Amino acid sequence: MTNLPVPYRVVARRPETADTVTLRLEPVADALGDFAPGQFAMVHCFGRGEIPVSVSSVQSTGGLAHTVRAVGAVSAGLCEARTAEVVGIRGPFGTGWELERARGRDVVVVAGGIGLAPLRPLILRALAEPEAYGRVNVLIGARTPADLIGREEVAGWRTAYTGVTVDRPDEDWRGDVGLVTDLLGRAHLTPSDAWGFVCGPEPMIRATARELVARGMPPDRIRVSLERNMRCATGHCGHCQLGPLLLCRDGPVVDWQRAEPLLSVREL
Amino acid sequence: MSPSMALRLNHALPGEHRDRLLRIGREVRFAPGARLFDEGGRADRFWILRDGTLALDLHVPGRPAPVVETLGAGDLVGWSWLYEPYVWQFGAQTVTPVHAYEFDAVAVRLMCQDDTAFGRAVEHWVGRVLAHRLRAARTRLLDLYGPASGGGAP
Repeated sequence: MTNLPVPYRVVARRPETADTVTLRLEPVADALGDFAPGQFAMVHCFGRGEIPVSVSSVQSTGGLAHTVRAVGAVSAGLCEARTAEVVGIRGPFGTGWELERARGRDVVVVAGGIGLAPLRPLILRALAEPEAYGRVNVLIGARTPADLIGREEVAGWRTAYTGVTVDRPDEDWRGDVGLVTDLLGRAHLTPSDAWGFVCGPEPMIRATARELVARGMPPDRIRVSLERNMRCATGHCGHCQLGPLLLCRDGPVVDWQRAEPLLSVREL
Repeated sequence: MSPSMALRLNHALPGEHRDRLLRIGREVRFAPGARLFDEGGRADRFWILRDGTLALDLHVPGRPAPVVETLGAGDLVGWSWLYEPYVWQFGAQTVTPVHAYEFDAVAVRLMCQDDTAFGRAVEHWVGRVLAHRLRAARTRLLDLYGPASGGGAP
């Protein structure tokens, strides 16, 4: 790991939605260490600043992919990056999903909005080893059909169940409408013997994790990805503190047994 | 028990009341695109889905009816039959083939009047379904998937 940005070149740029882009990056020289699904990098847009972004793809060549939504100056700059442009990368940082702990058991992945991006490498890894895991379920919620990322890829995933729901359908939408938690009843899994992986807006994470626990999933088998204001990414500045946790170091992926009491404290 | 599981008939009604209700239900099947009811119509039936998906929609003049929510296996379809003026507040159309239990609303209302314990249980069940849908609708109003509000977005 280095604390200086390492140059990576944009080798492909794929618009996902009106405000979200996936950048495929290759190292200009030496690659950083291996990123695990769920970990994040500090992505530097030269002249603007840097932001934390989870990896949405990890290549054996050292290449990475990051899915970025334009919500501020730095993220907008990254979304505008063109092929052959160079960005800076620090990392890998934080904790990963640790999918391997779910070996032999059913898996349910619940994604809200752009939260699908950090879960994508986990899903691909689980689907690449169908004999290693039980039934793999993917549940996705988004604001509108136009806000769904990776629609074609998702349609090709060979899962036990893939559910996609939106809050606001357009006239062409023929899928589900409603909260993503309402899809849990359709998933093919034995909750008491399954693992859950959840990423999205915090209220959605809370509702999903609580529903999973109520259905019988042990809280320590639910892993959620939390987001706070990460600056140094090395556990020194304290900006990303959540109670006793520094999420850049102890997160972003945290098990629900640890996260639940912290997310119940209004002051945190 | 999870909040959504608690709404399922198996959990929502005590065994004896559930059995009484199911005795007057009949199994029905609908093809995709079948219209079960329209907004403003007389709410004289209701359904519990066994399989399939159904969309609740709202009439908007001059455009196709927008879908406000989809329902799936185990869900109650229709609550207007329990409350005056017994008029549907939304429309309902199947999305996939649907297999359901269908109930005569007038008969169930009479059963509720004749047996207050049964009536309380049914009202409690439907009330919980309504509360769940109200909570879901309010949550969706929050637009949680949209960009975070407030300054400082990086």
